[in-house]
Amino acid sequence: MALINYASREINCKLIYYGPGLGGKTTCLKYIYSKVDSRIRGKLISLATELDRTLFFDFLPVDLGTVRGFKIRFHLYTVPGQIFYNASRRLILKGVDGLLFVADSQIERMDENLESMENLHQNLAVHSLKLAELPLVFQYNKRDLPNIVSVEELEKALNPDSAPYFECVATEGIGIFESLKAVGKKVLRSLH
Amino acid sequence: MIFGSTSIFEEEFWSIHESLGRLIKNANTDTVLLIDKAGQLITSAGNTSNLDLSSFCSLSAADFAATDQLASLIGEREFTTLFHQGEQENIYISLVGERVILAVLFSSRSNLGLVRIRVKQTADELSKIFSRIFMKIEEQSKAPYLDESFTKEAEDELDRLLG
Repeated sequence: MALINYASREINCKLIYYGPGLGGKTTCLKYIYSKVDSRIRGKLISLATELDRTLFFDFLPVDLGTVRGFKIRFHLYTVPGQIFYNASRRLILKGVDGLLFVADSQIERMDENLESMENLHQNLAVHSLKLAELPLVFQYNKRDLPNIVSVEELEKALNPDSAPYFECVATEGIGIFESLKAVGKKVLRSLH
Repeated sequence: MIFGSTSIFEEEFWSIHESLGRLIKNANTDTVLLIDKAGQLITSAGNTSNLDLSSFCSLSAADFAATDQLASLIGEREFTTLFHQGEQENIYISLVGERVILAVLFSSRSNLGLVRIRVKQTADELSKIFSRIFMKIEEQSKAPYLDESFTKEAEDELDRLLG
């Protein structure tokens, strides 16, 4: 739910990285934090366990600059991927404007991808939202690993509505900014 | 179309500001923040110079949302307030009209009882203002100013920033 403030001339949008545990969502946020000019991004907040697994969420605000007097800010969130943190995932989806689904390309992780997608549909329904109506892009992560599913198979299994997708190696930053730009543009278009 | 967005218009914005200003004065508090349930700052009053506003708002909204779930786990419809007590500073968080979150930061110059009473008065005022805002949003089919060319400029800015 974008917040458009005509008096302070600010537009705030909430973008969420969703996907299975250990799929690379937090890595994406950390990469963005490390590469974006410190003047345009805020602090990276991570509510994680002692073992550095996301417990509640990671959060990073990024200013896009000012357009016609409106300051545009993206609030980037990740959700915890682990199955048993579903209550947290559901809460973070509140007010979502755009989604980046980070899928793990490894063959043995395909079930987790499917499970996470099903879970996303269910959790959006709680907020009376439908995935097909939200700005969405896919990040097929870990494309550098040897034992991976083809992009065609990932597309067939996860992306029936043919949302944009990007092949990604989050640890090296490959595909991260392209994905963010793509979903960002979709979110901006959804404002009018 | 405005995809489920919340728009805050000039007139209501200044009404909100006046209301928050009164709260600061009457409750003897330091800082007041009004936050939407998605964790985005609507506006603030008082001293925010030493506060990371974005972080504070996202954490407050998450805190409130988590507490709301705890309420439902024990069969309560909702917990409408949250209080965090520190050695120097305290935070009182309250739901306004089931739509937005009011966070009040106060020190020992004030006290919980006073804050609680004044927040209730402010919440009533804000509820009325937000009813007006949501009526206006329903009447609008388009967000003013945010036309095709605005979107194009914003997209160019995104390209410039993210390479």
